Amino acid sequence: MNTVSEAELQAWVDGRLPQARRAAMDDYLAAHPQQAERLRAYREQNVTLRALFNPVLDEALPEALLQAPRRSWRPTPRMVATLAIAIGAGLLGGAGGWMLHGRMHQSDDVLAAQLRTALPRQAALAHAVYSPEVRHPVEVGADQQQHLVAWLSKRLGTQLKPPLLAQQGFELVGGRLLPGDSGPVAQFMYADASGQRLTLYVSSGQQGTQETGFRFAQEGPVSVFYWIDGSFGYALSAAVPKAVLGDIASAVYRQLEP
Amino acid sequence: MQDDSASLLACLPRLRRYARALLGDRSEADDLVQDTVERGWSRLSSWRRNSDMRPWLFSIMHNLHVDRMRRSAPETVELSEELHLAAPPSSRLEMRDMEAALALLPPEQREVLLLVALEEMSYQEVAATLGIPPGTVMSRLSRGRERLRLLMLGHPLPAPLKVVK
Repeated sequence: MNTVSEAELQAWVDGRLPQARRAAMDDYLAAHPQQAERLRAYREQNVTLRALFNPVLDEALPEALLQAPRRSWRPTPRMVATLAIAIGAGLLGGAGGWMLHGRMHQSDDVLAAQLRTALPRQAALAHAVYSPEVRHPVEVGADQQQHLVAWLSKRLGTQLKPPLLAQQGFELVGGRLLPGDSGPVAQFMYADASGQRLTLYVSSGQQGTQETGFRFAQEGPVSVFYWIDGSFGYALSAAVPKAVLGDIASAVYRQLEP
Repeated sequence: MQDDSASLLACLPRLRRYARALLGDRSEADDLVQDTVERGWSRLSSWRRNSDMRPWLFSIMHNLHVDRMRRSAPETVELSEELHLAAPPSSRLEMRDMEAALALLPPEQREVLLLVALEEMSYQEVAATLGIPPGTVMSRLSRGRERLRLLMLGHPLPAPLKVVK
């Protein structure tokens, strides 16, 4: 007596049984009329399902769906960081650069206008004020990291986790609490071996949006990459070229991503 | 970017057909497709160029669907089971209607069945799209089909696990 597996029975229903097993299957079904009946019912299901739902394929697409790609095209922070690096390195030629320009222009909205003024400016200001400090750059040092994180997390009402930037050459120096427009702000400060300082500004209570792509602002000598994720605004500032900061911002974003 | 846009748009009718069969409701289905397209668009960088865009989009849709079910899971799952168990024999006749029967399948069985029957994906493709082992695809397919067959015949369902002891 032939034996066929349940998986083979299913494959037969879908016409996916290998040629070599078909004869065995025919024998099996001839000897097992109840099974044959069951499999015929399954084939019937396939036919009925297609008859039932294939008409959807011919429906006109709702306008909203056709708009979706254009409307929602928003570079993810990582894409922009990569692009920023590519632009910095001169890798993108005229056409690509122009296209990026067009896309960025499209995603312009009220939010961007608000952001452009508030978040990066405050972050750059805080950076400019505290990063030159030799003796008191931070309120709580990285040597008390547990306390630092618990304290700032409590004040911002969320579990904060300062990103590790050792791979980018930066170590955490510490952090401080600052006042912001929409509530308390945490500032984490990092420094590299040469003493170059970098600050990550985390503000809570951002309203009206879920997410933005990476944005860039230049405030005097300070470059700022900033983005909003849920009710939190992030801004990374340092007096380094845009492409260098873009790389670090990309690493920060990756670590903050849940 | 132009080509990606065209590939994505070309997948829309099939995404809509699948979503409609999966959810039953037209506007809910289009919402799911909309979310899928938006997420697909924002994650285009994670799509391996030159690979088929369809399974990639279907996995995105699957993940979004799972997220939604997780949010509303207790009611939906319990309700359909309860409804069926509580239904008098006469109303079981109405279950001969394929759409109604489909809606009574556990979602994970419905997904597999629809990807196989409507999308005509290979079992391997279904496994990759849903992120489950091929063996699980086969067992869900087998159980889903049998359950659907019994529902269409107006038979009582095979007893669910929570039978009274």
